[in-house]
Amino acid sequence: MRKIKKYKSDIVNKFTGAKWVYSKAVKNHFFKPRNFLACDPKKSEFDAEGIVGSPACGDVMRMWLKINQKKDRITSCKWRTFGCASAIAATSALSVMATEKGGMKLDKAMKIKPQDIIKRLGGLPDRKIHCSVLGDKALRAAINNWFKKTSQYDRIMIEGSRIIDPFTKVTEADIEEAVIEGALTLKDVQQRTKVGAGYPQCLPEVEKLIHFYKEKYFGQDK
Amino acid sequence: MYMKMTLKYYFDYAATTPLEPRVFRAMRPYFSQKFGNPGSIHDAGRKTKEAIEKASAKIASILHCRSKEFIFTGSATEADNFAIFGMVKANKAMGKKIIVSAIEHKAVLAPCNALAEEGFEIIKLKVDKTGLVNPADIAKLLDSNTILVSIIYADNETGTIQPIREIAKVIKKFRVQNNTALPYFHVDASQAAQYCDINVEKLGVDLMTVSSHKLYGPKGIGGLYIRKEVKIKPIIFGGGQQNNMRSGTENVPSIVGFAEALALAEKNKNRECVRVEKLRNELEQEIFKLIPKVVLNGHPQKRLPNFLNVSILDIEGEAALLYLDQKGIFASTGSACDSQTLEPSHVILALGRPYEYAHGSLRFTLGKYTTRESVKYLLKYLPPIVKKLRQMSPVNLKIGKEKEISLPKAFVSGQTPHFLRKRKSK
Repeated sequence: MRKIKKYKSDIVNKFTGAKWVYSKAVKNHFFKPRNFLACDPKKSEFDAEGIVGSPACGDVMRMWLKINQKKDRITSCKWRTFGCASAIAATSALSVMATEKGGMKLDKAMKIKPQDIIKRLGGLPDRKIHCSVLGDKALRAAINNWFKKTSQYDRIMIEGSRIIDPFTKVTEADIEEAVIEGALTLKDVQQRTKVGAGYPQCLPEVEKLIHFYKEKYFGQDK
Repeated sequence: MYMKMTLKYYFDYAATTPLEPRVFRAMRPYFSQKFGNPGSIHDAGRKTKEAIEKASAKIASILHCRSKEFIFTGSATEADNFAIFGMVKANKAMGKKIIVSAIEHKAVLAPCNALAEEGFEIIKLKVDKTGLVNPADIAKLLDSNTILVSIIYADNETGTIQPIREIAKVIKKFRVQNNTALPYFHVDASQAAQYCDINVEKLGVDLMTVSSHKLYGPKGIGGLYIRKEVKIKPIIFGGGQQNNMRSGTENVPSIVGFAEALALAEKNKNRECVRVEKLRNELEQEIFKLIPKVVLNGHPQKRLPNFLNVSILDIEGEAALLYLDQKGIFASTGSACDSQTLEPSHVILALGRPYEYAHGSLRFTLGKYTTRESVKYLLKYLPPIVKKLRQMSPVNLKIGKEKEISLPKAFVSGQTPHFLRKRKSK
């Protein structure tokens, strides 16, 4: 391949201060993805499987795990991802995190947060944060699948959510998703979720949640 | 070296084009030598004033209009804004209904959305599966309340060419029957000017936006053709330049460059059309041959000769784009990941395609420096990239069954995703 002159590795948006170009770690994981599953697995090959996302919303992640039951550790983590560069890089990085140093303890793996993956990737552009969020969810789904298989029902963590608006059935998770997808004001969130239509009493709480998730995913100064 | 490679494997001429060296030569004297303000009465000013007059006359002869019917603006976006807000300002007493197509450029849609908040009725006309507007649909919608119809000549994602003359006829017929001057017909020809007929007399349009940097001219300049009889008010006020229609000292070098670029485009139009179309067709046929599960977006024939927009299923556009970028190939996508809003392309969705298709859409636009070799280079690298990304992808869509959601159980928290809720509420 012919070499292209390298340009400066980062471009900063003068209005928002947001970074745009991907970090070295992201590029590395994107162009050389680790642990992805090239061929369809046999049924007995993996101990557990998890999947989140939808092609319609732009990201799907599927994870397969091999687990050492005695040590309660992940020994192998394979994946497939439909999504943009950061989604692919995030899954790849996550798979490395889960299997390095003799494999991650399941309890610890259940607690991986999007921020941990982002940190590992050396940061992500703001509007790409949502891509990495699915990675930890896919891992949790796979581990839950394992707990179910091995009848450890008390360890299953349900990604359930509380209904905030009884009329539109909007839940906390809906608000979280809306914020992740870039709805940072009440108006934006309402446009997406229709929350509070017919039940304006819930709006103060919605505002609180927006504030909470905004800080969680985008830091305080946004 | 980098420059040359950029041009060779550049497949994004719809985004912008490189400045043509001849155009640059024409512009050069107007930076430091002939720098006078065209508003000044002295010789330095008169010289640049003359240059502007000449450029205007050149453009007017290409558009078949009068010099003073063409107003220079800071961009095609400004021209679109001027057309919409300017004419609304002058005619809002006559009605509050505006008809646009669903596949307009954001420069038209965003002003319309702003007007909708002020109480205007905005009709977003549906297009058919190939992206064409049906003139009969417009005929049905026209009424005495309608003040403006704005249709893009060829949209910037699929390049589908709209039946502008037929639409103009429909509007004229309505005006004659009802003995009114309204509605006006605005056309955004930003993408089309390079390859289509832009004779405003033949087209029968009242307002037309032209862009410079899409046809090898400088950036930061565009223009709006305004038929003499059209009632319009300025949206930028100041020193009263350009007959009070658009204040601000004229951007002399860019105006000169714009006129030169448009003249060159007009001169080479027929030849370039044939050459580029041949290359495009070759690329299209080969992509369909080499890559399974590809869908064409846009009209199979009535399309700008340099446009190819395809949805490659099971992969995501931005990822493909970056792999291509690594090989020095520059293209574009309608995927949500590439947009500021995280919503996939409204044009692809307007064709009735599911979200999955929009996420996998890739746009290749050819131009002056595209050769058979560049097409071959692209064809060498695209199939393995698609193969690799498909290998990585857990998705396996089936053509014809796209209405079904592939993995409903896979949603976060097992809930209905927001885009499905939207669809239901419609």
